[in-house]
Amino acid sequence: MFELIFFSLLNGIVTGLLLFMLASGLTLIFSMMGVLNFAHASFYMLGAYVAYTISLYLGFWVGLIVAPLVVGVLGAVVERYGLRHVHRWGHVAELIFTFGLAFLIEEIVQFIWGKDTKAYHEPEILQFPLFTFFGQNFPAYKAFMLLISIGIFIALLLVLTRSRIGLIIQAAITRPNMTAMLGHNVPLVFMGVFGMGCALAGLAGVIAGPALGTFPGMAVVLGSIVFVIVVVGGLGSLGGAFIASLLIGLLQTFAIALDYSVSDILVAFNITTDAESAFRDLWTLSLPQIAPILPYLLLVLILIFRPTGLFGKRES
Amino acid sequence: MKIKSTIIAGAALATLSAFAAQAADTIKIGFIDPLSGPFAATGTNGLAQFRYAVDELVNKKGGVLGGTEFEIVAYDNKISPKESLIQLKRAIGEGVRYIAQGNSSGVANALTDAIKKHNKRNPDNRVLFLNYSAVDPALTNAKCNFWHFRFDANADIKMNALTDVIKVKKDIKKIYLIGQDYSFGKSVAAAAVRFLKEKRPDVVIVGNELHPIGKVKDFTPYATKIRASGADAVITGNWGADMIGLGKAIGETGLDVPIYTYYAANDGITKTIGASGKNKIRLVHEGPLNPPSSAAYEAYHKGFKAKNPEKDISQFRIANTVQMLAAAIEKAGNAQPINVAKALEGMEFTSLHGETLTMRAEDHQMIQPIHISVHTDEGITFDSDNSGYGLSTETTVAAADTALPTTCKMKRPM
Amino acid sequence: MSDIAKVQNAVMSASFLKRFGPWLLLALGLIVLPFFFSSNIAVYTMNLMGIFIIFALSYNMLLGQGGMLSFGHAVYFGLGGFMSVHFMNYIEADIFVVPVVIVPIFGGLIGLLFAVIVGSFSTRRAGTVFAMISLGIGELIASCSLIFVAFFGGEEGISADRTMGPEVMGVDFAQDIEVYYLIAVWAFITIALMYLFSRTPMGRMANAVRDNDERIEFIGYSQRKVRFISFCASGFFAGIAGGLFAINFEIVTEENLNALTSGVVLLMAYIGGVGFFVGPIVGAVVFTLLQTLLSNYTEIWQLYVGVLFVSTVMYAPQGLTGLIAMHIPAFKMKRLRVLAVPYVRAGIPTLLLLAGISGFLETIHHVRSAAVGETTMSLLGIEFDTHTIMPWIIIAVLVVVGGYLTKTQMPQLREAWDEANAPLKSDEGGAS
Repeated sequence: MFELIFFSLLNGIVTGLLLFMLASGLTLIFSMMGVLNFAHASFYMLGAYVAYTISLYLGFWVGLIVAPLVVGVLGAVVERYGLRHVHRWGHVAELIFTFGLAFLIEEIVQFIWGKDTKAYHEPEILQFPLFTFFGQNFPAYKAFMLLISIGIFIALLLVLTRSRIGLIIQAAITRPNMTAMLGHNVPLVFMGVFGMGCALAGLAGVIAGPALGTFPGMAVVLGSIVFVIVVVGGLGSLGGAFIASLLIGLLQTFAIALDYSVSDILVAFNITTDAESAFRDLWTLSLPQIAPILPYLLLVLILIFRPTGLFGKRES
Repeated sequence: MKIKSTIIAGAALATLSAFAAQAADTIKIGFIDPLSGPFAATGTNGLAQFRYAVDELVNKKGGVLGGTEFEIVAYDNKISPKESLIQLKRAIGEGVRYIAQGNSSGVANALTDAIKKHNKRNPDNRVLFLNYSAVDPALTNAKCNFWHFRFDANADIKMNALTDVIKVKKDIKKIYLIGQDYSFGKSVAAAAVRFLKEKRPDVVIVGNELHPIGKVKDFTPYATKIRASGADAVITGNWGADMIGLGKAIGETGLDVPIYTYYAANDGITKTIGASGKNKIRLVHEGPLNPPSSAAYEAYHKGFKAKNPEKDISQFRIANTVQMLAAAIEKAGNAQPINVAKALEGMEFTSLHGETLTMRAEDHQMIQPIHISVHTDEGITFDSDNSGYGLSTETTVAAADTALPTTCKMKRPM
Repeated sequence: MSDIAKVQNAVMSASFLKRFGPWLLLALGLIVLPFFFSSNIAVYTMNLMGIFIIFALSYNMLLGQGGMLSFGHAVYFGLGGFMSVHFMNYIEADIFVVPVVIVPIFGGLIGLLFAVIVGSFSTRRAGTVFAMISLGIGELIASCSLIFVAFFGGEEGISADRTMGPEVMGVDFAQDIEVYYLIAVWAFITIALMYLFSRTPMGRMANAVRDNDERIEFIGYSQRKVRFISFCASGFFAGIAGGLFAINFEIVTEENLNALTSGVVLLMAYIGGVGFFVGPIVGAVVFTLLQTLLSNYTEIWQLYVGVLFVSTVMYAPQGLTGLIAMHIPAFKMKRLRVLAVPYVRAGIPTLLLLAGISGFLETIHHVRSAAVGETTMSLLGIEFDTHTIMPWIIIAVLVVVGGYLTKTQMPQLREAWDEANAPLKSDEGGAS
């Protein structure tokens, strides 16, 4: 049991921090433009694919540096020529634009790279078990993912709170007009932040591609989870996104690890059920079975009872 | 303007293709499977195999009934039951009387039901359903019908063969079952529990897990759980991305036990799993690949690879389907689906591998030898995904030993 | 300005024919359509269109009329479908015998029931909160449908036989054409009802809430109640569409209520134009055509749909209907002729450009996916070898020439547009 808890804890943190890399960019973009970017996870997918192609020719490490930059530039282009254009039609149009973009990017990826899973692997020097505990391996690559995620979190925190650029970004988020009056190029800041958010998503894709698989559905699988994190943590709150990422990561791993089902509860209370009744599926429902829907349950509950999210200050 | 031109172009194309269809008198086989979307790789691979089989095994040998050729007409169903029904309508409208489908038992269930209704309502243009891959046991049991023929072994038959292997492996004491949470995954788990209880009552099933299909992004938590359970074998019916994820995650935890699977090969899976699954992953399937069985098959395989270097013969049953259909049409003396169906019932047939197959009359389930192979890079003549890795046959279960009783009560048309 | 006023006046004082003309035309059209498109697949496609028209219109009650962006509307469509399919099975089992004609009502009722439940908490706010709740509920129900097999049938869904009910006027609905008329009648009734709903004070209030919810509160209405009522009505009609789906396909599966279907209905409504009542109808027809026709001729049809969708959002936020509606002022002023020549002059190069681009994409796709040695492909009936230089030159010429000419033709088009839409000279002098 201890082995299970220990490894679940580790896995949960790895997943959570990976999710945070996506969520941090998304929440920054949201607080800046007021738009939830549906295509955010698509940039994550682009990161993985671009890095895969680069790794074929120049190796993993070049991909790790170059792919996020490429994705960041793509993101900036999308902001400059797409989102800014659509902005005049209002928020709903912007939301629908990103929704359509997510659809389009998936099609483009399939057109360029094909529909099958790509054999994108970890670099050889990270293909060894870092330590073995109770006979179970912890791959070095997971530790590497952990390290990168923590590094990004700290860097982000420092940039936003300690640097001049961070101060301008924060100012542009809260008082865009005033910041523009003071002579800062606010549209440029927006474009930069959007690009940076996309680059972060791309970086997440680069390091997650080998671990979670590089295939055309990878954006959809992760996309709505990231939304859940941003909403649960509180729209626009970076700290909230961090806590929520870890929460969701741990929630999902532990829900799988712990084998409890409704029938256990019923047995504990000495209730017997009819195996043929229309509710038979309800009695056999187990925690691992519903693990993937827990985030959505959390999302709906949070939105009903605390629409600002855990740490958010505003609703929309 | 764009739409209008699309419609005009579409109409023009439709007329053109209608002319083309009338020009040559062929027997059309409608191939209804995903050609776009996430499962397109499997669908296009199957289509290439069908096209090759039809050319190589029927048309180049002079066709059937003294010169009539087979033609494969592809319909994209996007792996959705709804789209499949639309494409079925279209196919019937275009004169197709033989429908081939294989990916997803959900689609097969929808099609077999729709074809049954269609044949009842339109006795003048009945169609036959050639199921080459959907393995939900219900299709030849509770839901069986006269117009459906299955050329693959169903999930129960495969599990029967698999547990025959486990029966003699006395070092396996604890088994973990994991599968996708839907009809096929559940029937695999149920069959495993049933047969293990029968054949190896001493084996403990330490986990019987269902996970949501296609929604799990990281299988590490499952692998951790399997590892912690102390299992010394894993059985899974997973396919597609779920198989890749599970295979990789188990490999990473350092768990060194056999993983018995249904679909852990080809379409990118072999390549992705690569070395991490060597001598661990075992697959239950029909049609042996390595070592090569016969010169006839070797030539067939090489011919296919020459034409489709990026693809594999991942579903050998496609060749059987085409050959048996041709034989049945010859036997019936015409291409009327009802006569062909009667000719197919109980037909005995020798495949390219030299194996003898029987289409069982009571439930239209093919009874054939089943092989259990291991994923390895040693002694591989025909690899998968051009990765150097492939399937090497370890055990073969004779056709007669795989047969299971059926609950099918088939209503036959007069 | 006064032209618009005149148009409005004309509508107000419309005679009987003017008022009911469009409806008679719609009814007539629905009756005679199968005589023109009589092939099996055409009828089947029209059935699908009818279902999607109702579904898309019900969606637009939220997005277009109520300002609520939903990412989970398929929930009500799918649940309505599941309920109807169960009812068809009850009919077959003689548990509850009603003609199959009225089964969609039960679909509508279950849609309504769920809309009441979900709406009770989700309509409190519009905007992002509403959108997120709809997304969450959509994912929840879709996942549950795979877990609760007894009701949803798991992955293979629930199937039924529509011919088992008592016959209505000798019709047992075995043939698709009979189902067509069933759907046509339902479509006519629901379109009329939804139109009437948009004309009621309630429908007008929904528009007002969409435009400015604070002001609504100030004049004493509850924005939440208004949204709630729209939401429930929308769920009801989506359920009816689901019921018709169940009758037409005789099977309902998880895909009817998953996120993909929710996305498709958003796509249909938006491409058609959410600002107009007929917008979603246009969108549903176009999308169904794209999906069933285009996918027969190209494997990369989804790429085209994606491009169409994104470019609609970017350049024609009022949708296809909006593009047509843009011409109404010019039409009223009898100036459409001014635009004809410029349209042809700009249209031909644009078509060349589009043909070049799609030819490029198709050829690339063919080269990458075809078997070795299979180098001939056909586009629009023209066969050519992809491994020779000629097709590439033609494609390049199409793109370059088409692109260049399109660009040079744009100024004259813009000029003609301005001319056609310039206010009438007589306006300056008052009424004409």
